[in-house]
Amino acid sequence: MLRFLVRRTLGAIVILLLISAFTFFLFYAVPRDPALLACGKNCDSESVALIRHNMGLDDPIPVQYWEYMSGIVTGRDFAAGSCPAPCLGYSFDDSAPVWDTLVDRFPTTLSLALGGGAVFLTVGLGAGLIAAWKRGTWVDKTFSSLSLVLSSMQIYFVGPLVLALLVYNNEILGQPSYVPFTENPVEWFSGLLIPWCVLSVIFTANYTRMARATMIEQLQEEHVRMARAKGMSGRTVFFRYAWRGSLIPIVTIFGVDMGSLFGGAIITEATFALPGLGTLAVDSVQELDLPMTMGVMLFAATMIVIFNIIVDATYALIDPRVRLS
Amino acid sequence: MTTSRPPTSPAETDPGDPFLSVRDLGVRFSTEDGVVRAVDGLSFELRRGQTLGIVGESGSGKSVTMLTVLGLHEPRTTEVTGQIRLDGQELVGAGERTLQRLRGNTMAMIFQDPLTSLSPYHTVGRQIAEPYIKHTGASRRQARARAIEMLDKVGIPRAGTRVDDYPHQFSGGMRQRAVIAMALVCNPDLLIADEPTTALDVTVQAQILDLLADLQQEFGSAIVLITHDLGVVADVADDLLVMYAGRAVERGPAAEVLRSPQHPYTWGLLESVPRLTGDVDQPLAPIPGAPPSLLDPPPGCPFHPRCAHRQRVPGDACATERPELPVGRGAACHLSLEQRRTHVIEHRQPGLG
Amino acid sequence: MGNEPTTGAALPADSAAADADAPLGGGGSPGEPLLEVRGLVKHFPIHGGFPIRRRMGAVRAVDGVDLSIAAGTSFGLVGESGCGKSTTGRLVTRLLEPTGGSIHYRGTDITHASRRELAPIRSQIQMIFQDPYSSLNPRQTVGTIVGGPMEINGINPPGGRERRVRELLETVGLSPEHYNRFPHEFSGGQRQRIGVARALALDPRLIVADEPVSALDVSIQAQVVNLLQRLQRELGIAFLFIAHDLAVVRHFSQRVAVMYLGKIVEVADRDALYRRPRHPYTHALLSAVPQADALADAEHPRRERIRLAGDVPSPIDPPSGCRFRTRCWKAEELCARQEPPLVVRDGSDPNHLTACHFPEPPTTLGRDVILDPALAAAEGVTGPGTGPGPGAEAAPDATRKAR
Repeated sequence: MLRFLVRRTLGAIVILLLISAFTFFLFYAVPRDPALLACGKNCDSESVALIRHNMGLDDPIPVQYWEYMSGIVTGRDFAAGSCPAPCLGYSFDDSAPVWDTLVDRFPTTLSLALGGGAVFLTVGLGAGLIAAWKRGTWVDKTFSSLSLVLSSMQIYFVGPLVLALLVYNNEILGQPSYVPFTENPVEWFSGLLIPWCVLSVIFTANYTRMARATMIEQLQEEHVRMARAKGMSGRTVFFRYAWRGSLIPIVTIFGVDMGSLFGGAIITEATFALPGLGTLAVDSVQELDLPMTMGVMLFAATMIVIFNIIVDATYALIDPRVRLS
Repeated sequence: MTTSRPPTSPAETDPGDPFLSVRDLGVRFSTEDGVVRAVDGLSFELRRGQTLGIVGESGSGKSVTMLTVLGLHEPRTTEVTGQIRLDGQELVGAGERTLQRLRGNTMAMIFQDPLTSLSPYHTVGRQIAEPYIKHTGASRRQARARAIEMLDKVGIPRAGTRVDDYPHQFSGGMRQRAVIAMALVCNPDLLIADEPTTALDVTVQAQILDLLADLQQEFGSAIVLITHDLGVVADVADDLLVMYAGRAVERGPAAEVLRSPQHPYTWGLLESVPRLTGDVDQPLAPIPGAPPSLLDPPPGCPFHPRCAHRQRVPGDACATERPELPVGRGAACHLSLEQRRTHVIEHRQPGLG
Repeated sequence: MGNEPTTGAALPADSAAADADAPLGGGGSPGEPLLEVRGLVKHFPIHGGFPIRRRMGAVRAVDGVDLSIAAGTSFGLVGESGCGKSTTGRLVTRLLEPTGGSIHYRGTDITHASRRELAPIRSQIQMIFQDPYSSLNPRQTVGTIVGGPMEINGINPPGGRERRVRELLETVGLSPEHYNRFPHEFSGGQRQRIGVARALALDPRLIVADEPVSALDVSIQAQVVNLLQRLQRELGIAFLFIAHDLAVVRHFSQRVAVMYLGKIVEVADRDALYRRPRHPYTHALLSAVPQADALADAEHPRRERIRLAGDVPSPIDPPSGCRFRTRCWKAEELCARQEPPLVVRDGSDPNHLTACHFPEPPTTLGRDVILDPALAAAEGVTGPGTGPGPGAEAAPDATRKAR
């Protein structure tokens, strides 16, 4: 197991290096000069050159990349001051350290992802299991058609609708906002409730369909029939035999989903104006804020890679054939 | 010795009550394409300590029949008619709880593929112990001891350590032994084996068939052996039932059916199989055509579209009139006994004598 | 080695007629080997290790196989799953690249021939697969499937491809009207016929048939076996017939080889192998086949009954010396030390080769050998013989019982 984790971590680092290099060089393919933007309206070529030098943009791109990457490990010294070890540079936009901004924004995204994940996992799987258990009945048919409808409900449509219904017209809930959990758990919860539910709509629908499909597939398995032939009750057969086999596809998809949500739920955050990584990513790209874009990008990629490793490790827990080979 | 009794006479060969008695069983599935008549008017009996071989090709209804005995069919799309009595208890229409108490306890089943019939997620020992705990109320420790005992009995070496292995750590033959151990853990009175050796190599198949026979001697269970292989039946079965298109077409003591088969389909099965002895320059005698669709089975005798002998029956009885299967030894065929006897004498291959 | 079969003599008249319109003719007398395989080896590497994955070992699927197939004859290859018979078939058709040894087709070395070098030969060696459901493209019509090989090889037969395909369909017992149908409209037996028609499209001289009937129902198997047999006799096509079913192989092949753990343990003409086998494994295989006529044969001496213990060892780390020794009741110290060569043993026909230090007497009648500890124990309860205690895993301490 340890070997496996070490090997996967090494592989992950390689992947992250490739992603970072790709992002970095892609940035320079954009035909706009961040120094010129930073300079403002009254700008002469000297001040542009100075800004460019201060930003480190006058070095060759590979050198810049090398300095950037080594800064993550060792920290960097800038004219404005030193930047300690996980140094992702300073924002071109507001000169704040990128790492600090990420740390500042992450709790919002984390709260959104965890809460949303909890909602769509429980509701989605629950509905899927009930549909599989009652397959062929009206319950199954209702759930199946409902999930088909919901899976086409986009967040930018459902979000404003829910806001209009629950917040603006009827004032049942307050405007969605982020209050840190440590400050006030109740407000944290009520502020995020709408985003969680809206974020979960499509996920829930997809998890319902996936759970139903994999369970029905598993229930056809010979070993499940064998369990019934041994006299096991329907519940034992369903949960001990069929459910176990359904876990692998579900865990796979869930890991990928959580990985990308941890990197920022762009549409949801934008819809509800939540200050998470998703909005940060959009803003920094629009502002040509290379260090911030790189930071968010690397962070999101790291999350996805970490969750992939977690998923693979979970396989071993679920399936002895993976564990013992 | 091979005369069939008239259909009306009672089964005089059967003094005591049969352990398993199936009467006029019908199984119909509703599918998108229509109603499949998977089993139609099937009757047979089986006593304790006896082995009944059910032979037929895919779609003959042999597996469906035994799944119905266990109540493992899909209840919403399946219509079951007739009677299934196990030790006097009616199983058709019995409640799920009643069936759960019987499954794995009084009646157990072994499926074709030992790899897929064991759950890959639980140890072999746990899967054997599970029905024992459920049906006898034994503790986990007792059940584990019992699982080791059973593994040892079916010939798994070092059962004490192999009990904690997962199925994928077993070879094919060992897996089928483990499945047999699982089926026999509660000393069932009825064991249903559905193609138990088809997925196995010949040398392993021989091991498993011997094992079943030995365990039957020890436990006195009744065994239903479902197979497409007449050779397997010859090895282990006392009685034989040949099924075609959901119906029984011939039955009797296995040795008699194999020695003097009376139904053209049975003839076809025996003559189409290559042998280890006998003439090789003679082409095999295949049964022409393919088994019929059960959505729309042929009228009359279900075998008549493929039967080479139907011209010998006067009129069009084969296509219009369904032949009855006599109780006891006999075949459901319109040919006269004399015609059948002549065929057997002429066609028992020179290679056999 | 001069092990050309002599029994396949039933075909000269037919095959000569068929050869006349075949593109390359018979290529010589029926006795000349069409395919010559020497020391064929295929190892599948296993990778593993830490932190860098490297080659840890190999599955020795085929480990030194010699065989030769004469034109117009059928060579049967039997063995249990994992013995390497299918791999051998795939090596011969060059679907797999051999690790070692040589394959000669009509004297041409094709062991490591490139795609281009193989092109002229590809059409002459065709393959029929086990599963008639997965080996046909469900989106293509029968006409496209059967005509495919002609199209790929740019062959335009006189009268056009379509006409040739319709002829082929007729040859394999399908109706020419099936040309525009799709595979799913056919039963398993008919699909296998389509596969056969496709294999025939290029007038092959050799067909490698890998378990061609084992996925079919009993009554259908005979139809396909008869079809293949007719093709062999009428068109003079040679077959490498790979199957686990000894009776089918016997019916179809003039010469038969038995494989065990990547090696041929015994090869002989049909009658010699089935009536007078010498290798203990062949004995065990033959005695394990259940036979419907065993009862009808009651007045004849009972066939022997041999029950091997345990399972085939892993091909990753096969036993030293003779590979069968771990399950053999005759194994002695020599068997572990020295690998028995595949040679003619005393008392065998000149074409009958056996790889065994202590071959059995040439008969298959009446004798019991029970090596299975559980069975021996169970039999010990009921019969006079005694078995070793349970727990003797795959041990060579056999129980011989005299009855």
